[in-house]
Amino acid sequence: MKVPCAIVGSGNIGTDLMYKLRRSPVLDLVLVAGIDPASDGLRRARGLGIEATVRGIEPILEDPASYPIVFEATSAWVHRQNAPRLEEAGARVVDLTPAKLGPLVVPPVNLDVHLGAPNVNLITCGGQATVPIVAAVARVAPVPYAEIVSTVASRSAGPGTRQNIDEFTKTTSSALAEVGGADTGKAIMILNPAEPPILMRNTVFCALGEGYDADAVAGSIVAMVDEVAAYVPGYRLKADPVFERDTYTTPGGTVPARVVVLLEVEGAGDYFPPYAGNLDIMTASAVRVGESLARELWRAAGLSERDGARDGARDGARA
Amino acid sequence: MSASGKTGEGGRPAFRLTDSTLRDGSHAVAHRFTREQVRTVVAALDRAGVPVIEVTHGDGLGGSSFNYGFSATDEMELVREAVATATRAKIAVLMLPGIGVKEDINRVAEVGATVARIATHCTEADISEQHIKLAKSLGMEAVGFLMMAHMIEPGRLLEQARLMESYGADCVYVVDSAGAMTIDDARRRVAALRAGLSIQVGLHAHNNLSLAVANSLAALEEGADQLDGCTTGLGAGAGNCPTELLVAVCAKSGIETGIDPLRMMDAAEEAVRPIRPDQGVIDRDAIVLGYAGVYGSFLLHSKRAAERYGVDAKDILLELGRRKMVGGQEDMIIDVALELARERAG
Repeated sequence: MKVPCAIVGSGNIGTDLMYKLRRSPVLDLVLVAGIDPASDGLRRARGLGIEATVRGIEPILEDPASYPIVFEATSAWVHRQNAPRLEEAGARVVDLTPAKLGPLVVPPVNLDVHLGAPNVNLITCGGQATVPIVAAVARVAPVPYAEIVSTVASRSAGPGTRQNIDEFTKTTSSALAEVGGADTGKAIMILNPAEPPILMRNTVFCALGEGYDADAVAGSIVAMVDEVAAYVPGYRLKADPVFERDTYTTPGGTVPARVVVLLEVEGAGDYFPPYAGNLDIMTASAVRVGESLARELWRAAGLSERDGARDGARDGARA
Repeated sequence: MSASGKTGEGGRPAFRLTDSTLRDGSHAVAHRFTREQVRTVVAALDRAGVPVIEVTHGDGLGGSSFNYGFSATDEMELVREAVATATRAKIAVLMLPGIGVKEDINRVAEVGATVARIATHCTEADISEQHIKLAKSLGMEAVGFLMMAHMIEPGRLLEQARLMESYGADCVYVVDSAGAMTIDDARRRVAALRAGLSIQVGLHAHNNLSLAVANSLAALEEGADQLDGCTTGLGAGAGNCPTELLVAVCAKSGIETGIDPLRMMDAAEEAVRPIRPDQGVIDRDAIVLGYAGVYGSFLLHSKRAAERYGVDAKDILLELGRRKMVGGQEDMIIDVALELARERAG
């Protein structure tokens, strides 16, 4: 059978996540928890026949066995209150807020390492879009310094992001090193108000030392883009990776070259319009992480991947 | 304010001038200012009576990067040098939320900068709240800087300026980052802010259409309290409002600046002109910035990308304008150059 799960937070992110989880062959969304009775997300959940509560995480704490996986899409502040109680209840938490309580996770890079953690954090949208590329370079060449520029449509940046823009740049910067494998990192965030809204754009620059193998670097990047695109269908390269030679005095040392990777993320258009690739990549990554946790729970319960998936598929067909 | 604008009374300056040679001019030297240049320029400006001198990477605190160019000398060292050299002038810094972070403001405050100018794209003022509040809490003067202000109408600009006022800004600037404003454009925006704010109002002009001095004078007529200049115009695009010219024109117009026109000319000729003797030429690419409304610091990056990819800088700039790129999106120059090169090949 599918593994039951709950979403805490019925705002934009939680609602977009709801639509994606409905398509999962592995996860069964059984509860959307909010606090605002007038929430559009809760109304939509009920419309889809999913239980919706305005009592926050209380129903989960009262019956933790029914919600082994919990997605938190509230705010960093709320998640800091909720996290210890959810952990005590034994829930496995996928944190979409910037609270950063658990290890930073990017599915194709380090998810397997952290599947046992009670709480994993999804960094930022820019981190989900760019850390895989840095990791792809770092697995075939040393990266003394990585830098990313993440540009999103103004309309896709909510008040939380706007008031805490430093949190975005600092968290993403640290992930470029901690998860991406660069020695040092810097992240820049830009909001563009153009109408019609622009698709999310990300540019990754990696410093390269003498002796790098351009074919190996480019091949590794292209392979990684395919891996991400497997769970974020609108994730793509705008051009082949570009190698530029010059003398660059980076914080990681002076280097003779850099590779520039131009990326675009078009959203699936679930709850947000397609331009909001930044929000789509967060919820799509959350589903990816949740599904891996679910498979882990199957294994722990002695179910084979095939048993679980078959039951899951049957469940899905019945729904 | 009277219809004739500000002239200054009893010898008091009619407006406050901030010279940004060592910040906006950083674009024109690919962010390679040295400590010695900072010392020489600050000493000359200070001697002439310039009240505020801005020193930072061209893209503000934390701007040193692949995307904008790495600083040859750490900007904290440059700010420290400026603070140590100035005897009267206040030292200002620029900071763009999304590029720099609050810690950068803390560090420059410790080093001795006393004016923090917090810049956002003209529609995104709400990302500056924490930074303006932090600057105020550190005892700094906080100036809001609404970039690319030609892109929105005066009424919308005022709404954004009011947000910065509500966060505690002491002044909000109309920033013509693309040097795209006609005299009327500048006048209407300054007038809207002057009428709708209870704090000071400023204008930061660029010279891509050769209107920087004229727009600054129009701003004064509309009651602007602060203006920006760069000595010899050294700055992004075709450069800024040349401080020595603005001071000379004000002197002839009976507008008190508190700055000695002849010493200001000396500062321009002896301290700044040698850094980039060709500053002030308004070539085709520079005119295109103003004509198409493109962020001024894209100019040199576009010229370099044009050379690398065998395309025309003018075409890159026009496409950036069509795409409505905002300040900070230098990465899109590579994107556009590659696309143009592919079209050419295809």
